[in-house]
Amino acid sequence: MKSVRIGAGLGFYGDSWRPVRASIESGGVQYIASDHLAELTLAILQKDRQKDASAGYARDCVPMLLELWPLAAERGVKFVMNAGGLNPQGAREAVARAFREKGFKAKIAVVMGDSIFERIDELQTGGEPLAHMDTGADIGSVRERLLFANAYLGAAPIAEALSRGADIVITGRVADAALSLGPLMHEFAWRWDDWDRLAQGLTVGHLLECSGQASGGNFGSAGEWAKVQNFLHLGYPIAEVTEDGGVLMTKAPGTGGKVSFDTLRQQLLYEVHNPHAYYSPDVVLDMGAIVFDDRGSDCVRITGAGGAKRPDTLKVVAGYHDGWMGTGQIGFSWPDAYLKCETSAGIIKGLVEERGWKPDEINVEYVGYNSMLGANADASQRDNLNECFLRMTVRTKDKRIAEGFGRLFPWLGLSGPPYAGGFQGIAPAKELLGLWPTLVRREAIEPHVTVDVEAVA
Amino acid sequence: MKVGLWKIAHARSGDKADRADIGLFAYDAATYAVLKREVTRERIATHFSDICKGPVEIYPLDNLLALKIVLNAALQGGAARSLRMDKLGKTIAAQLLRMEIEAPGDLPRLGPFSYPSPACGGG
Repeated sequence: MKSVRIGAGLGFYGDSWRPVRASIESGGVQYIASDHLAELTLAILQKDRQKDASAGYARDCVPMLLELWPLAAERGVKFVMNAGGLNPQGAREAVARAFREKGFKAKIAVVMGDSIFERIDELQTGGEPLAHMDTGADIGSVRERLLFANAYLGAAPIAEALSRGADIVITGRVADAALSLGPLMHEFAWRWDDWDRLAQGLTVGHLLECSGQASGGNFGSAGEWAKVQNFLHLGYPIAEVTEDGGVLMTKAPGTGGKVSFDTLRQQLLYEVHNPHAYYSPDVVLDMGAIVFDDRGSDCVRITGAGGAKRPDTLKVVAGYHDGWMGTGQIGFSWPDAYLKCETSAGIIKGLVEERGWKPDEINVEYVGYNSMLGANADASQRDNLNECFLRMTVRTKDKRIAEGFGRLFPWLGLSGPPYAGGFQGIAPAKELLGLWPTLVRREAIEPHVTVDVEAVA
Repeated sequence: MKVGLWKIAHARSGDKADRADIGLFAYDAATYAVLKREVTRERIATHFSDICKGPVEIYPLDNLLALKIVLNAALQGGAARSLRMDKLGKTIAAQLLRMEIEAPGDLPRLGPFSYPSPACGGG
């Protein structure tokens, strides 16, 4: 029976492609599905695009392909990646430019049409309410502050690009799992209403989309994480999928990490809301009968994904300007490390008040005590810390307050409590973005989706 | 007896806009039955009352020996506007593992086991 091997690429913008090399060289993959866009990433790319109109894509796709493409091309391995971000054309131009310099050849496709930012008025006129999908709020409250708005596209344009001969497919926003489902639909020509097979394919994509998190990375546990072998050479997960929808999850031989019942079930439920209705553009997945048959030696057979009809709407996430954040930090050693941080927080609040600044919110955290465990930190350790850092952040509509806030801290070094150290410089004001998730009928988006394939030689 | 979840379960958390989500996994079926009984929406809401401003949802998955726990309105509106150090809520799972529940003393993981025990004052 025909089978296809898909390897995980990146799991976020900034992730390492070093482990992808092993998947290509010894993992027997035909595709690398590379996810460069977390929910937050378009917000980062929007800031790039504001500075430079030719930017707005995940720049790491260029050095990644420069290193991996020669290995991939000689083995016929193809790349599917959403590194296009807000500017897939720009990403292709950058890759093409770099390829021409090196003499690399490839057919590179771009998938466009996920951005609805320029069509918001038209969509509203056409009857799309664009209300917040969780709160039901009217988009009018943020309309003037919107910076981007992108729909999560499905696997169809990716499958089309591959069927037209693309070696590298660069998309903007697509459902993360579509990066794997697209190649499967192309290879197997499953029917678009074969819901259970689509569900198996979506499960594969979901398990691969966070790179090392399915193969022993970030194995959330007390102690058990330390049994994962060889993080240094951790292999990214690889899925072998057969035409009948069978799935075997593994990783390249000789690599570190672990593919097991435990590592896969942690990733399966990761960033899932209702596991009986995990929505994607192509199918609604029910995880309630999925079986992970752990065969040992990093081989797990996966069956039982349940599929239901795809939704009539596509999810859109828009981002809007939502004020500024100012940050300040100062660290103290024992003795009285916590108390000195707390005293400093009081002094900083006094300075803010003296200047007449009225931030909307002041956030105080004690790094080394409660900045990660919050109210669940163990209070009995508070007064005997070896060292502690005060981290304060403010939320404000006034950028000048956000810029000035970090400048309040250095003075404490000579005129505040003793034994301060580890000063990290003054953090600039950071723009805050609100996210606006909403639903739009697919008929209002899909006719605008285009696939363009270009040969770079 | 009171048992810290870190001894009997593993967990990973993530974010979707203002929603934090946690997968809580029993190492064995006997423990899963206890988690299903003891880890209630009310207990979770109390444990996370400091950050979770919306309703708590729990979905048990017998096939995975897991509870999917969802904390609505828990991330200050979402990572891109959060003031917190852990804006993505990645450590919320660790907070959950600090929770103590009532559990029988003969659960498999409560025997002597070999892995290095973490320094966990709350446990």
